[in-house]
Amino acid sequence: MLSKQQIAQRIAREVKNGQYINLGIGIPTLVANYIPEDLEIVLQSENGLLGIGPFPTEEEIDPDLINAGKQTITMVKGSAIFNSAESFAMIRGGHVHLTILGAMEVSENGDIANWKIPGKMVKGMGGAMDLVASAENIIVAMQHCSKSGDSKLLPECSLPITGIRCVKKIVTDLAVLEIHPDGGFILKERAPGVSVEEIQQKTAGKLIIEGEIPEMTF
Amino acid sequence: MINKTVKDAREAVKDIPSGAFLMMGGFGLCGIPENSIAALLERDIKDLTIVSNNAGVDDFGIGLLLKKRMVKKMISSYVGENAEFERQLLSGELEVDLIPQGTLAERVRAGGAGIPAFFTPAGVGTEVAKGKETREFDGKVYLMERWLRADFSLVKAWKGDTAGNLVFKGTARNFNPMMAAAGKITIAEVEELVPAGELDPNQIHTPGIYVQRIFQGENYEKRIEQRTTRS
Repeated sequence: MLSKQQIAQRIAREVKNGQYINLGIGIPTLVANYIPEDLEIVLQSENGLLGIGPFPTEEEIDPDLINAGKQTITMVKGSAIFNSAESFAMIRGGHVHLTILGAMEVSENGDIANWKIPGKMVKGMGGAMDLVASAENIIVAMQHCSKSGDSKLLPECSLPITGIRCVKKIVTDLAVLEIHPDGGFILKERAPGVSVEEIQQKTAGKLIIEGEIPEMTF
Repeated sequence: MINKTVKDAREAVKDIPSGAFLMMGGFGLCGIPENSIAALLERDIKDLTIVSNNAGVDDFGIGLLLKKRMVKKMISSYVGENAEFERQLLSGELEVDLIPQGTLAERVRAGGAGIPAFFTPAGVGTEVAKGKETREFDGKVYLMERWLRADFSLVKAWKGDTAGNLVFKGTARNFNPMMAAAGKITIAEVEELVPAGELDPNQIHTPGIYVQRIFQGENYEKRIEQRTTRS
């Protein structure tokens, strides 16, 4: 089973040179720690920044400089600041190449649910609906099962959805999976020590297994 | 040049009536109109509708207005940081319209720019789409969203001049420029108010045409929600 850090580390391997990337809150934020230094990429923050840098030192803290998770941040050289309408213009306009975000559920046709639990959580969708409706490549980082042990990879989402047919790839603590264009989770890689049988058992949606499934290495 | 200066926050917000439709800039607590909110708290008004990306925290920002029961309805994208907000929402005391952040930004932008409606992919196939017109363009389905315009917009900038021109700093810019344009009366508070002519016209983010009242703010707290550092 992968730790949260290892999920982030595995997703970082999907990053390509020259990409503009939006990282969601939680595990996706950790991805920044594992992007190889020889890649030139730019992190977008939807509250209006291209070029998120590391967290500040105590002396560098600036209350006027935060990320979308409201954390204090710094800017890298060559950063640009803009307003929220401009920020979502670059998101909807397809200029952000890769979006990495968390999810409560993903369905086998690529629907994602991550904003609302009726009667329990009413925090709002923030920028997630705009991001998933527009990004050309969406990778989900999440645990394979909920805390109560239910599969989060389903035939159909049971929670209110954030976007339809948008997820391309999912990295969980157990596996790397891709969404088949005709529906289904294609099993691509297994976490170290996790069997295909275990993944099958914990995937409620249609799982597509073709040939030998390699084990991830770290 | 037209002088937009008013004495202080109290003077700037004195005619905002009960039931007014307001916009307030800020993302989280970053770039919120602290002084105008404080002055509103002293007013005996209620039933406000507030468009703001977030709803403050329990003891700061819009959270203070909620606590005093001055708000009838919030139009926001994310409201996770406020227990009083959640309580009022679940008990039915407060109406809330949750809308995607990019849609919120564009609805406000459209309001200021005189565009009554537009089509966006955000929310297609979700409960956000309920009751809204959809249309297909070049093989993809989009949702029609309407503009938002306010009776009063309360914004906060870093620097401003007496003509109402504004310059923002860092990510405190966020929704402030669009809200300035979408308000019938826009009230801008600034950390540093200078005479017209002292700001470089090439560096203005919000032209003074959008600002009706400007004042020198004071005692900025600039509270940080998630103080995060590296070792």
